[in-house]
Amino acid sequence: MTDHDSVYDGLLGSDTSHWAFGQGRETSPSEDPLAGVDSTLPEGVDGAELAAYCLMLGDDALVLSHRISEWCSRAPDLEDDIALANIALDLLGQARLLLARAAAADPGIAPSLPAGSPVPPEDALAFFREAGEFRNARIMELPNGDFAHVVVRVLLASSARLAIMERLAASRDHVLAAVAAKGVKELTYHRDYAGRWFLTLAQGTDESRRRLLAALDLVWPLYAEMFAAHPVEVSLGEAGVGVDPTTVADEVDVVLEQVFAMSGVERPERQPLAGVRGRLGRHGLHTEAMSLLLAQMQVVARAHPEGRW
Amino acid sequence: MTATESELQGGFDQTLAHNDRIEPRDWMPEGYRKTLVRQIAQHAHSEIIGMQPEGGWITRAPSLRRKAILLAKVQDEAGHGLYLYSACETLGVSRAELTEMLLSGRQKYSSIFNYPTLSYADVGTIGWLVDGAAICNQVPLCRTSFGPYGRAMIRICKEESFHQRQGFELLMTMMRGTDAQRAMVQESVDRFWWPALMMFGPPDDESPNTAQSMAWGIKRNTNDELRQRFVDMSVPQAEALGVTFPDPELRWNDERGAHDFGTPDWDEFMQVVKGDGPCNRQRIAHRRRAHEDGAWVREAATAFAARSTTEVGA
Repeated sequence: MTDHDSVYDGLLGSDTSHWAFGQGRETSPSEDPLAGVDSTLPEGVDGAELAAYCLMLGDDALVLSHRISEWCSRAPDLEDDIALANIALDLLGQARLLLARAAAADPGIAPSLPAGSPVPPEDALAFFREAGEFRNARIMELPNGDFAHVVVRVLLASSARLAIMERLAASRDHVLAAVAAKGVKELTYHRDYAGRWFLTLAQGTDESRRRLLAALDLVWPLYAEMFAAHPVEVSLGEAGVGVDPTTVADEVDVVLEQVFAMSGVERPERQPLAGVRGRLGRHGLHTEAMSLLLAQMQVVARAHPEGRW
Repeated sequence: MTATESELQGGFDQTLAHNDRIEPRDWMPEGYRKTLVRQIAQHAHSEIIGMQPEGGWITRAPSLRRKAILLAKVQDEAGHGLYLYSACETLGVSRAELTEMLLSGRQKYSSIFNYPTLSYADVGTIGWLVDGAAICNQVPLCRTSFGPYGRAMIRICKEESFHQRQGFELLMTMMRGTDAQRAMVQESVDRFWWPALMMFGPPDDESPNTAQSMAWGIKRNTNDELRQRFVDMSVPQAEALGVTFPDPELRWNDERGAHDFGTPDWDEFMQVVKGDGPCNRQRIAHRRRAHEDGAWVREAATAFAARSTTEVGA
């Protein structure tokens, strides 16, 4: 075991105050994201089903976080660079907990790696699954466009996720309940940030309004998919463990109607994007962009399946 | 010089002599103001341009934990840029003007960011060596004579120290991994060692601004003093890590009580400073694209704010 603090302590002599080592946040390589949370399965719940459900919510967060993190160093102003990084970090935090929960509920869900590989389960799931094994809704993976595009996507995705998390906070699964309780605070901020920009762009200049409407036209066809329940969501919704997204659709509509009304924007008429024989993102059916996204996300991890990071 | 002006100058000199801070509303010589604007702006620009070499690896980070650490670090750099631009604004220059000077090349940023990041180990090496060198440069600036700059530096140094430790910890973890990972770390250190030494600027006898900046209390140590301190600090860290530095002349000198070391390639340094480094054009083009792509958003925000004010006033 190497004590990283002591490496520096030895080097700096007695007075370390001016270096500020040891202040602020600590780093610990072996942190368990679920440490301290009761992770026993709720009574009558199938571990494999719970794991599948955690992957759905976890993949939504992971993939959207990836897209938002692509904005890093590209935002219109420093304040927005910082805000978008915050949103990406919050979603990444949610993804880590949910993927770790998936692997704990059903150890068989994580892809198998060479014997002795130090890769933790959350990383095995993030970096060693193929596109068809990801369970995120397709709105999360859509390639980025301009700033209006990220505003619209975050508004739609965070409004839906917030409504789900508000109910999930009462889940019989303690881990999901804890993740949701924290997520509600974060998503409230994400929705607020996107809502304020939606209004600003709608009423700013002719150009900003034109771009906002174009972005809405592009993203809206993927909105309905977030409320198309997968059988696992229905079943865990009935068991009081998950949330059936059809049950929150009306509530989210009301929120969006209000944003649209304040902004003077009509609710788009666009029809939902079709799946393939009824299969959507939750079933592992993705857009062409998904494997490219994963190629980038997974390239270093896959080159070193026995690596330590 | 009028009597009043010489009195003002006297007060200014006295403040410096007592090691007290000069504050934005205090009188200051024009040369002092200009030097500060140049130095703080260069520092702010370095934070903003510095987001790119590491930010490029966020989407490829090999573990979710490292992804979170890197995203948070790059976000901190944006935050540092923000406070440094604010410190500069107290001297009467706007962020928009400073951005324009960065994009047009009239103001510089640290040349280290014109070197490419070619592997994930570079994220660790930048934390360890580049942030480490930055800390050696910046810790003395916490005592710099201009108040807003010194106070910004205190917060920045704390965060930089944290980043340095995270970088070191990444390399340490990789060194406990596979042979391929250890080779990746050594290759990265080999590439960044000399550019890191160049971060302290040219040798003292070729550094034209140092004497005046030291007299004004803006700068507290010479380039060569800081470079020596950095080498002495880094050698035992490299030993702890199990890597070597690519310098056959590097050895302990008992007489001096310090390490002797080789000479950086100052021709390469000048080439990079003059705009012909491996990534100069790419870094500025990236910044310019982000700035131009965001213009319509900033205009919309301004128009919206103006309209809201009118409606409130009506």
